[in-house]
Amino acid sequence: MSMWRQVTRGLRALTHRHSADRDIADEVHDYLEHAKATHLARGLSADAALRAARLELGNITSVNEQMRAYGWENMIATLLADLRYAARRLRSTPAFTTIVVLTLAIGIGATTAIFSAVNPILFEPLPYPGAHQLAMILELGRSGSRVDGTFGMYHALSERARSFESMAVLKPWGPTITSAEHPERLDGQLVSARYFHALGVIPSLGRDFRASDDRLGGPKEVVISDALWRRRLAADSTIIGHTVALDDNSYTVIGVLPSGFDNVLTPAAEVWALLQGDMSLGSAWGHNVRTVGRLREGVTSERASQELDMLGHAILNEQHPETYDLETRFVATPLRDDVTRAVKPALLVIAGAVMLVLVIACVNVTNLLLGQGVQRRSEFALRAALGAGRTRLVRQLLTESLLLSLLGGVAGMGIAQLGVGALVALSPPGLARVGAIHLNTSAFLFGVAITTLISIVFGLMPALQAARSDPQEALQHGTLRTVGRRGRMRSTLVVAEVAIAIVLLVTSGLLYRSLNHLFAVPIGFDPSHLLTMEIQTVGHKFDADSVRHAFFTQALDAVLQVPGVESAALTSQLPLSGDGDAYGARFENDATQGYDVFRYSVTPRFFETMRLPLRSGRYLDENDRGGAPPVALISESLAKLRFPSESPLGKRMRVAGSPTAQPYVIVGVVGNVKQLSLSGTQSEAVYTTTSQWHWEDAAQSLVIRSNGNISVLAPTIRSAIWSVDKDQPIVRVAMMEDLLAATAAQRRFALTLFEAFALAAIVLATAGIYGVLSGGVAERTREIGVRSALGASRRDILTLVLRQGMTLTAIGIAIGVLGAIAATRSITAMLFGVSRLDPMTYVTVVALLGAVSAIACFLPAWRAAHIEPATTLRTE
Amino acid sequence: MNEPSTDVIQGTLDMLILKTLSLQPLHGFGIARRIEQISRGVFKVNPGSLLTAFQRLERAAWLDAEWRQTEAGRRAKYYKLTRAGRKQLDEETADWTRRVAAISRLLKAEA
Repeated sequence: MSMWRQVTRGLRALTHRHSADRDIADEVHDYLEHAKATHLARGLSADAALRAARLELGNITSVNEQMRAYGWENMIATLLADLRYAARRLRSTPAFTTIVVLTLAIGIGATTAIFSAVNPILFEPLPYPGAHQLAMILELGRSGSRVDGTFGMYHALSERARSFESMAVLKPWGPTITSAEHPERLDGQLVSARYFHALGVIPSLGRDFRASDDRLGGPKEVVISDALWRRRLAADSTIIGHTVALDDNSYTVIGVLPSGFDNVLTPAAEVWALLQGDMSLGSAWGHNVRTVGRLREGVTSERASQELDMLGHAILNEQHPETYDLETRFVATPLRDDVTRAVKPALLVIAGAVMLVLVIACVNVTNLLLGQGVQRRSEFALRAALGAGRTRLVRQLLTESLLLSLLGGVAGMGIAQLGVGALVALSPPGLARVGAIHLNTSAFLFGVAITTLISIVFGLMPALQAARSDPQEALQHGTLRTVGRRGRMRSTLVVAEVAIAIVLLVTSGLLYRSLNHLFAVPIGFDPSHLLTMEIQTVGHKFDADSVRHAFFTQALDAVLQVPGVESAALTSQLPLSGDGDAYGARFENDATQGYDVFRYSVTPRFFETMRLPLRSGRYLDENDRGGAPPVALISESLAKLRFPSESPLGKRMRVAGSPTAQPYVIVGVVGNVKQLSLSGTQSEAVYTTTSQWHWEDAAQSLVIRSNGNISVLAPTIRSAIWSVDKDQPIVRVAMMEDLLAATAAQRRFALTLFEAFALAAIVLATAGIYGVLSGGVAERTREIGVRSALGASRRDILTLVLRQGMTLTAIGIAIGVLGAIAATRSITAMLFGVSRLDPMTYVTVVALLGAVSAIACFLPAWRAAHIEPATTLRTE
Repeated sequence: MNEPSTDVIQGTLDMLILKTLSLQPLHGFGIARRIEQISRGVFKVNPGSLLTAFQRLERAAWLDAEWRQTEAGRRAKYYKLTRAGRKQLDEETADWTRRVAAISRLLKAEA
């Protein structure tokens, strides 16, 4: 009851302050009247009675105040008053407020967004129970490069290795779901039975694979993702035990994985079937699987690596598989390191850069608050002189600082939200754990805490100053004091801002030049006006190579009939599309080492369509069909490697296939093509016609050239292919130029971020220079007035201020260049074709920052030069 | 001869107000006067403390207040003891009696 009364009465006093005040005043007045009446009754005159009553009551105002000060609502009332005053102050200096809030928002927002993205990818444990025990089992070649594992090695290791609790192999699988009306190609994996067990994932519906079914000819079963279950199977909970048709085979659905399952090893996979590998298969020692394992509790990956290397070599010595180099090393590496290997350096550099942005933001806010403090020194001296206590001044400034931080925090939250969305949208494809990116509260709180701390510390300075110093002195000399100790501090801060801005600008400049260099790299063919797509053959009717060949031939003919198509060809793999189909090639009379070559089985017009230049010999043509003597083209790089001093034409070689097959005769040499990436150097290649290759590939890429607008032809081309057979999936339809751009997606991602950071840095640094100089000019108005009264010309004054600003800039630039030279060491891996000390970049950046800061200096300088000495001296 | 008046003993003002109001509802000045009268002028109430005490006691729900006409025809804020106030008075009285008895015993104790 009393609690209730406290709250309601308090609220009423708060909301009806006037009526509450009147109530109090009435009561006090009433008391006075009563007292006066009593004194009158005792026979005093009216005047004497009033005087006696007043005496009795004491100071009426202070009684009123005493009564008004009662109750919890007064704390709130004071706080509200402080807030109102703070808001009024901030509104009265809109430029200052806007810059501070924006600076805070950019600092907090950018840091939060970046850490929200980096944290789940690099630092959070993978979303599996006991994730630290998961490890990839890798095979490293002579040069330390990775080689895919083999089923044979997995089979032997999983029987012997004691460091692992369970082990599994996996390989990509892309079945087409054919049971529904629209065939759809799915991303999937073929795995050994213990795959989900090793990851520690249990299906939410149905069961996991059984080890007893993981054998040659075992039952065809699939486990599917929650997403696929909802998308294609209407989330039917009775689906377990039913069958789905994949590639014309019927598979029994045995399990559905939980919705939160994040398959970091192949993020896009939606369907899993048993690999059902067997040592009797010819492919058992083929390097085409990845191996993952769960370490026993307490076993480190180093210890596991020792055991694996020992066992691996023992196995090689026992079984002598031809596909192994005896110098292969076997290692275990934590799964998370493996998953993030490709992106970690870039992400760490990005995280470092965003910290620099936060530092600049903090420096800038400090600067602005210090400047503001100088200007408000007299205000606070005056208030102290009028009796405002130190606590009162501190409390009020604290309110202002907190209000600024609050506004900055809210705006920063907005920027962080947008930033996280943009990061996910911009992120390079295939980035693991993108699904786990969400606004990171701790990063946000960290950003807010640090900026709040700064605004409190530096926001309170004027109050502390006013409380400490003699108000009279401050009032008299406040305007005379010019660039003192704090002036030096502000100058130091500006230098720091410029230096950091230089570091960020140089870094993004280098990344920008790298990307340009990358796209200037010759790729070996003409990517313009090229449309590409992949055609797949699905189902048992294509089991025979001849049927497949017939289908592809008819499809190509149909495509060539489409009006607007200039030329078209099929190829077993497409450059720069993520394909990387390589085989060992051995030249006649080469006893030892074979060559690792990309294999292209193409239709004859491939070279014309791609505009692949002929270096010597002839192109392949229609006569190089099955039954004719097998011929091949090789790439210039392979020719140089194997035949440095003679012509390769007429030489004979074997690529893949059985050792007894007829060798290919080299009839021509073509230019090098970038296959894996723009920055890659591997380009040794062999070209044969599809009809002369050992088999007909089930999926082939179509390349189409047209002079017109090729992208609008895609639907027509697709229907042309479907007119041959409507059930064949056509996937990965893309313009060659888009594929090209996509190969640099990760670099472009990093560059975009750095450009954003550099932009923020240069804006903040410029604002800092401008703020310090214009604050300095405002403080020195009198001094400048005296100078010009004593005969300094406008030009002198302009030079005076400009020199001050440009000196700071120059020092900042010098430090920044040194900093950049040191800092760019961390991005050398991300550079391409440009040194981290690239003079061009440094010169451009220095010139740019110099120019921008000159503009920032000029405005206050111009204002100083136009100070009227008479006016200033009179106002002082 | 009047005894010299003093301020109300610290911490007892609330109890004195409650006690005074337990007899009849009164306005502020009336309560002050009544305390002085009953204490035969020993206690002199500081009006500021008294008026603030009303706010506190009212918030604690021991008093209710209402504006009424006095006999003299003026408007005055009358305070009235609530049930909770009466209970509080009983508690404070008991507590006070206990303390006074203890202090008296201490003072009367012979060495």
